[in-house]
Amino acid sequence: MIVAEGVHFSYPNKVEALKGVSLTIKDGEFVAIMGQNGAGKSTFVKHFNGLLKPTSGKVSVDGVETTKTSVAALARNVGFVFQNPDHQLFSETVEDEIAFALKNFGFKPEVVEERVTWALNLLALTQYRKTSPFLLSGGERKRVALASVLAWDPQTLILDEPTIGQDHEQKEILRQFIVQMQTQGKTVVIVTHDVEFVAECNPRVVLMKEGKIVAEGIGKDILTNPDVLTESSIVLPQIAQIFNKLSQLGLPKNIIDIYEAEKIILNAEETKPVK
Amino acid sequence: MSVFDGLKFRKVYSPIHNLDPRVKFAYVISIFAVAIVFYQIIPLLFLFFLQIPFVLLARVQRQWLRSLRGAAFLAVFIFVVNVGTDYFTSGYTLTAANVESASALTLRFVVLIESFSIFFLTTSPDHLGLALEESHVPYEFSFAFTTAVRFVPVLAEEAQTIMDAQKARGLELEKGGLLKKIRNYVPVLIPLIVSAIRRSLELAEAMESRAWGATKKRTNLYALKLHKGDYALLAITVGILVGAVYVHLYVPIPTIVHLLQHKSLLILSEIKRKP
Amino acid sequence: MAIIETKNLTYTYPGASKPSIIDVSIKVEKGEFVLVTGPSGCGKTTLCRCFNGLIPHFYQGELTGEISVAGEDTLKHHTYEMAKHVGLVFQNPENQLFALSVEKDVAFGLENLGVPREEMRKKVDWALNQTDIYDLRERSPHEISGGQQQRVAIACVLAMEPEIIVLDEPTSFLDPLSAEKIFEVIYDLNKKQGITVILVEHRLDLTAKYADHLIVMDEGKVRFEGNPREILSTEETRLIGVGIPKATLLYQMLKKDGLNLSGNTPLSSEELADQLLETLKTK
Repeated sequence: MIVAEGVHFSYPNKVEALKGVSLTIKDGEFVAIMGQNGAGKSTFVKHFNGLLKPTSGKVSVDGVETTKTSVAALARNVGFVFQNPDHQLFSETVEDEIAFALKNFGFKPEVVEERVTWALNLLALTQYRKTSPFLLSGGERKRVALASVLAWDPQTLILDEPTIGQDHEQKEILRQFIVQMQTQGKTVVIVTHDVEFVAECNPRVVLMKEGKIVAEGIGKDILTNPDVLTESSIVLPQIAQIFNKLSQLGLPKNIIDIYEAEKIILNAEETKPVK
Repeated sequence: MSVFDGLKFRKVYSPIHNLDPRVKFAYVISIFAVAIVFYQIIPLLFLFFLQIPFVLLARVQRQWLRSLRGAAFLAVFIFVVNVGTDYFTSGYTLTAANVESASALTLRFVVLIESFSIFFLTTSPDHLGLALEESHVPYEFSFAFTTAVRFVPVLAEEAQTIMDAQKARGLELEKGGLLKKIRNYVPVLIPLIVSAIRRSLELAEAMESRAWGATKKRTNLYALKLHKGDYALLAITVGILVGAVYVHLYVPIPTIVHLLQHKSLLILSEIKRKP
Repeated sequence: MAIIETKNLTYTYPGASKPSIIDVSIKVEKGEFVLVTGPSGCGKTTLCRCFNGLIPHFYQGELTGEISVAGEDTLKHHTYEMAKHVGLVFQNPENQLFALSVEKDVAFGLENLGVPREEMRKKVDWALNQTDIYDLRERSPHEISGGQQQRVAIACVLAMEPEIIVLDEPTSFLDPLSAEKIFEVIYDLNKKQGITVILVEHRLDLTAKYADHLIVMDEGKVRFEGNPREILSTEETRLIGVGIPKATLLYQMLKKDGLNLSGNTPLSSEELADQLLETLKTK
């Protein structure tokens, strides 16, 4: 469980990036942290594995305050996948890349071998086991980076802007992957501004603006509130845009799922008054 | 990273900052030349104090003092080496004259640092790049210079991100002996280098796409024009050079030791005269 | 005559085992807004680089077939000559800007072309105004946001007054609001200045509504080309893995369910909403 209480954070150049943020994320939750570029989303999640420590306030992971332990110790339970896989990849083979963290954490060689094979399998990378990560395509490199974090099986997975540069199918695979992680009881936190992707996943949404949390709730409610979203410079998902306009017919506004939309519209068609 | 803060473009408007870099450079080179010619302490002291009004006018006192502090170590080293060599080669005698000449040499070094420091503190990188362009330095060089300066903060941020990404995989940069520490930086250096190479490729594409190499006769959006202040500085520079030549050829310069002896002789004669 | 025309264009990167684009034959008319889309690796980026001569001059490799851009055969003209006709805006905002101030970056192309200072000043100011970044002209590229950087990149190519502007996934790194601003700027340039636009994008929900002409690529080949409304309503397009706008998908679903919707296949939420209002209001 991750608990942030009254977190303030200022960068060395005195810019205050977080102005009193409090949030609790229970085990197994799926949370999307959204907001404009510069709202403080990435800054905030970097407190979860101790990369950043609050200037005031505190962050505890599983009861341990992040200031009282090391990044390596926290990383054991909080895996962080950065936006650009090229900021992580450095090994000669994909195998070595995935084994890197496992070795850092002191896993025994047999266990390392086992985990590497498991991670390769999970992300359909087995054929690239002995390939140099630099020779792979963009999407494949992203999978290697993800595999290298999953390998040590952290309870919490943080994904920073995982949908950037991904095409429709890759996003769909990512979405299914998150569902899979969820069924295994993992906590998943994504930092993103991709409303359509979040609309399809319908997680708990935390909206940030200028270093503060301005709204929090189920995706369905947050992503369909036009005032809240314009305040934090996010666009309504397409389905919500449609229903925003249809509200004059008395139809509900908080629709983001396409199948639900279909049902409601067909229902409205059947039940509309005959002239 | 604070080291790179000094290279970040800071728009300060002072009369010195607005001077043409070529004129400033001519001034600095002249100071350099004059400092080399004289080995006596008095003219060097004069040169040292000559810079102070420029420092104050440019309002860069704090940074200037910092650069002098940085040079202090080397200055002491130079002093000690010179006094030491004199001491050992003259049969273990320490004379006032030796101390004075060692001080002069040290002061010469300080004057050099001081004047170059003022130059770099008061000349923004793009101003410098522009000066390079207008001085008929091949465009490739001034372009390489300004582009490098432009990307320094970007590279610094990227280095930080890469370190964070690897720390999040359990890499502990502080741990271990010297050899282990060096090896720990491999996962940071490789992504940094790979990223730099990728970046250069993208830059090259962008340059080619914007007509790089279309003509040998490049024009320039800006032009450096000489103003009153520049002419004033040029006059000062010429004045210093002429003065230096004159003093060097015709004016015998006493050493401090000489002055002290002279003074002490005067005082002694005064004492003798008084009943 | 079409402003861009290719016939059986095939290209293989040096050292690659197979070509990145195969037998691409397309025609783009002057003033069109062309949208190019397709799953990752389909060859759209490669195609962009053929338009301004980066392929074959910068990338070498093997290029066969014919290509004519703004009346010039790119094989016979150097990239710096093509730069006067075709501007190319890349995906990563940061790596396209190399000067220490925005206006110096915008002037870069003109400086390379040896344009005299006064004329250059006018063109730079014009480009800065067209992209709504005139107040940013003295700022350093590093200080401004990604969206602003991309507008600078557009101004940089615009200053050379090309007939065609090609943009390769320009909003990948931007949030939806900044992305929309970019598309509005591009659309303006297309409608008001008559500049032919070729936009490569995944986010069809934001861009489909601007396009006159849609090209869908897959595995190096052009699969579909033509009217966006027609192409995006077919099952085949969806199967390739193209991200059909939700409004279009919903429209198709409702039509299959028997709902009577008037008008063309919608490409935006506004269009579908209007159609639905009409249908659901009256019986």
